[in-house]
Amino acid sequence: MNYSALKNHARAIRVDIIKMLHAARSGHPAGALGLADIFSVLYFSVLKHNPRRPQWPSRDRLVLSCGHVCPVLYASLARAGYFDIKKLSALRKINSRLQGHPHFGSLPGIESSSGPLGQGMSVAVGLALAAKLDKQNHYIYCVASDGELNEGQSWEALMSATKFKLNNLIFIIDRNRIQIDGFTEEIMPLEPLKKKLKAFGLAVIKINGNKMPAIVKAFNKAKKVKNRPVVIVAETIPGKGVLFMENNPAWHGKAPNDDETKLALKELSHGK
Amino acid sequence: MENNVKKSLRDGFGEALLELGKMNKNVVALTANVAESTRVHWFAKKYPRRFFELGVAEQNMMGVAVGLSQAGKIPFVSAYAVFSPGRSWDQLRVSVCYSNSNVKIVGHHAGLAVGADGATHQALEDIAITRCLPNMTVIAPCDAIESARATMAATKLRGPVYLRMTRDATTILTAKKTKFQIGKINVMRAGSDVTVVGCGPILELALLAADELNKKGISVDVLNCHTIKPLDVNGLIASVSKTKAIVSVEDHQIQGGLGSAVAEALIQNCPVPMEYVGVENTFGESGTSAELWRKYGLTVEKIIEKIDLVLSRKNK
Repeated sequence: MNYSALKNHARAIRVDIIKMLHAARSGHPAGALGLADIFSVLYFSVLKHNPRRPQWPSRDRLVLSCGHVCPVLYASLARAGYFDIKKLSALRKINSRLQGHPHFGSLPGIESSSGPLGQGMSVAVGLALAAKLDKQNHYIYCVASDGELNEGQSWEALMSATKFKLNNLIFIIDRNRIQIDGFTEEIMPLEPLKKKLKAFGLAVIKINGNKMPAIVKAFNKAKKVKNRPVVIVAETIPGKGVLFMENNPAWHGKAPNDDETKLALKELSHGK
Repeated sequence: MENNVKKSLRDGFGEALLELGKMNKNVVALTANVAESTRVHWFAKKYPRRFFELGVAEQNMMGVAVGLSQAGKIPFVSAYAVFSPGRSWDQLRVSVCYSNSNVKIVGHHAGLAVGADGATHQALEDIAITRCLPNMTVIAPCDAIESARATMAATKLRGPVYLRMTRDATTILTAKKTKFQIGKINVMRAGSDVTVVGCGPILELALLAADELNKKGISVDVLNCHTIKPLDVNGLIASVSKTKAIVSVEDHQIQGGLGSAVAEALIQNCPVPMEYVGVENTFGESGTSAELWRKYGLTVEKIIEKIDLVLSRKNK
């Protein structure tokens, strides 16, 4: 495994995120930056996919359920070759295919419309059920956020994934401990999260979601699980890579201004 | 009306679904703990691999159906209309309609006509909340024959379709040879003095009102507007440009239902005096279907009263 290549992809994705949000003047940087390492591993190592054939029936599917962090998805798709990187600057603008939240059918590589939290998790269950029905071997990966678990639908989806023994379905919960109104444990406590997820019948793998080897190892382990769905609880640092954004709920949902953008890009280039 | 034979819309749906199971391997059925009462249990028994019981979780069910549809399946999502699309409306809006997913939503036990379960279980708003969604097709069949036809037709149409089902056995109003085309009004009774447009089993009352008025020399054009969206605007204009007056009839809130859809179209294209028969901004209660229709003004007498009203307005 070439971890330095994965790290380089993650850094490039983070730079894209900052530039996109700055150009858009709105959006959600913290979750997107925190997930860049996981997306790098997914798109440049784990996913069985072909950017030139986005509709390839045997591809693995990645459903982004916490749609607000879509800049990390758009940047990953562009860097993987689904569309021109230059298009990223159209995020959130009029007549753009890069909607503020993902729109199925707008861009190649988008597997589901999402935004209202919890919805992508159910769609992922349906995709996994269909794969079982058709005796297909591809995997469904579903990235969801910890705040998303406030929604009842999330737990409905988890229950059904267990019922149907969907071991072809791997959830990744971005455990960054922030949501718009503040820290998750103050807004609506989720702990003991691992116990809850286990009680719902899933195989739970808890990792540091900003460490490449841990991420890669978690996916390898997840694919070996038989008879039940897996959830990877990825503890990430919201705003990861940009010090003034890290672990600060204020950066859940606002774009950096000119000066902040300069500073952020400088920090990311230092990280080389 | 064929010899007063009665059969429920849900039976027509359930039989059609069973038939579809044989005809099309991509058809799958989902339910939320109401397999038997929504009549998907026949399909479930015959095609267990293609049947998914999601438990009392309509929101998840809607999303699961979307995932299945993206893999080429044609999912029928079957539950009580108050819960789906009632409770799962956000999922219907974003996961289904925004993505233009090929999901068929079957809302059962609609209208006051569900009876004894009371207001919580009487869907009087489902047409309103589905017809406002882009990409959506909304169909309210009037009898078991038409519900079977609509089920078949919905399968052939690519995109989200809402099918409105009722619980009780109701009179067969259409014939086997009656044509059914999504988005096309069926003229049930041709007339020239006034138009009555309706959808669902309550059309039986419209036909009875037409018979009654016929004795008095008033000729009523009775339109079965089974598709509320896309609305057959040309069919409506063809009728009212002749009759110059219209009454809508539905077992649904007047606000947002078929009558509203008809009014929106006519005010723009061919404004004529119009009156509405439907539930008037109130919740229902327990009782038999017949008692409820009587108490809430869904009656032959009410239809005649409204017809008299539009006729007097027209003749002013």
